[in-house]
Amino acid sequence: MNMMTRHGAALKIENCGKTFADGTCALARATLDIGQSETLVLLGPSGCGKTTLLRIVAGLETPDGGGRVLFDGKDLTRQPIEKRNVGMVFQSYALFPNMSVAENIGYGLKLRGLPKAERAAQVAELVALTNLGGLEDRRIDQLSGGQRQRVALARAVAIRPSVLLLDEPLTALDAALRERLRGELNDLLRKLGITAIYVTHDQAEAMELGDRIVVMRKGAIAQIGTPREIYFTPANRFVAEFVGAANIVEAPIEGGELILPGGRVPVAGPATMSRAVAMVRPETIAIADAATTGLAGIVDGVRFAGDRQRIIVRDAASLPLAVDAPNTIKVRTGERVGLSIPPDAIRLLPDEG
Amino acid sequence: MSHKSFVWMCLLPLAAVTAAFFVLPMAHLLVTGAEGPRGLPEYLAIIADPRYRATLLNTVLLAAATTVATLIAATITGLFLQRHRFPGRAVMIAILTFPLAFPGVVIGFMIILLAGRQGTIGDVSSRLLGDKIVFAYSIYGLFLGYLYFSIPRVILTIMAAAQKLDPSLEEAARSLGASPWAVLRDVVLPALAPALVASGAIAFATAMGAFGTAFTLATNIDVLPMLIYTEFTLAGNLATSAALSVGLGVMTWLILALARTFTGNSVAAAG
Repeated sequence: MNMMTRHGAALKIENCGKTFADGTCALARATLDIGQSETLVLLGPSGCGKTTLLRIVAGLETPDGGGRVLFDGKDLTRQPIEKRNVGMVFQSYALFPNMSVAENIGYGLKLRGLPKAERAAQVAELVALTNLGGLEDRRIDQLSGGQRQRVALARAVAIRPSVLLLDEPLTALDAALRERLRGELNDLLRKLGITAIYVTHDQAEAMELGDRIVVMRKGAIAQIGTPREIYFTPANRFVAEFVGAANIVEAPIEGGELILPGGRVPVAGPATMSRAVAMVRPETIAIADAATTGLAGIVDGVRFAGDRQRIIVRDAASLPLAVDAPNTIKVRTGERVGLSIPPDAIRLLPDEG
Repeated sequence: MSHKSFVWMCLLPLAAVTAAFFVLPMAHLLVTGAEGPRGLPEYLAIIADPRYRATLLNTVLLAAATTVATLIAATITGLFLQRHRFPGRAVMIAILTFPLAFPGVVIGFMIILLAGRQGTIGDVSSRLLGDKIVFAYSIYGLFLGYLYFSIPRVILTIMAAAQKLDPSLEEAARSLGASPWAVLRDVVLPALAPALVASGAIAFATAMGAFGTAFTLATNIDVLPMLIYTEFTLAGNLATSAALSVGLGVMTWLILALARTFTGNSVAAAG
């Protein structure tokens, strides 16, 4: 078995919605294409429908009438999960406590009737791939959280699934471990080159792991795009605020400039409207001499974060602005500073009221 | 008074009660068993005497059959009740667990009403087949009574254990291609094993020692509690009934201890 050549299936989710028996709509009808060996991240706060969508792909939920799920063009909507050949990693890992590490990893292969020797060889390969060497005979309750997570992943990819479905696989871990495993998981997904759908509420995970991100909100898709597109050109205020830090200012526009309490800022492109909701990322604003910039404000607070510092500036816009400045700049609270914002760093958002 | 001696003081009532109601009668029972005309070998009679040995075997077989049948019926019912919500579910659980409130006499009475000479089964069978089927007064009636008695306890234990089962375990097995039968075999039953062993042991012990039902149904059913009763009251054979009592106690205790060891292990294995 060569792990490097597996790519999984291309998926098509057509018109899939989910209304539960009690009438609550968990997911508005959505259509999505997922390319072969692409990692698609479903990102959103809890209750946004991301897990429901994942479970529809898995075959654990049936979509409302008319919805279809296609794997490589084949309609699997009516097939239960056991017929779909999907690998799943759960938030709780759902490892079988009555089986050892090796037995867990090999369980799907055993169900497929693979001869013992062949099974052992494949399990050994997966053990090596996921860095679980020496733990094969351990019971599940003798593993650390990170090890359990890797066993769950190895078990899911052992069956050479058409698609790997990961439901918040890192959420149960503590922050430091989560960050390290995120990197490992990313390497592994690239190495396997497998089609994957990854559900998370953590935007940092989504950015690092996703080829594309689907931002979801209240059962509907808010935006689909690459991590860069989502970050730099959010489609609306929700996406801008959910992904990364954002300053959102509402201000009148006059002559291609935002009119702010602390001055004027030119915006790029044709700004024809008279009022705008504008987004500026903190790291795109630079601190400068107040005399040289069109916009100035008073430093309200400085939060030193080691590699950078976040400076809160009031009186520049209607709300205090967050500015991420290099850690070498020295400013004091109460000091008047100038702010320079490149015109193309200002993103005008549709005004949703 | 030091903290330690205070604790010891508090243990005194427990020690007194244990001595009065447990240690002394047990000791007396042990001594009585050895005071018969046969002396200490009286204890071997339970195995050596053909009649006693047959009764012991009968009792163990009945208890084992009750346990197996109870576990099968209660596991299926318990899993179903835990997983499905339907109108009348609460009523059904209430009815199923109702026998918990009955003493053995009432259970025996109900078995007679079902399968006795004037029982429902006899009525129906005599009309349909022209042959009156009556089995309440035999070991089959007793089996049915014990079943009725044990099922509620086991159902409740299984339902509690099934509730604690992580549903994603089953979903994970299914995603790997497991059929419903494989899920049951590889995931559900292993997870329920501790509960099955624990409640099975209780069912076994109850069926070994229960007396009320047997006494209500008939006097000629060969089970150990009945034998002890007849030796004691009819034959006045104090030594034999004491020895048999000790034998029954030791047997049941052994089974329970075995089950506990096994449960302990499987609980640890289930993490």
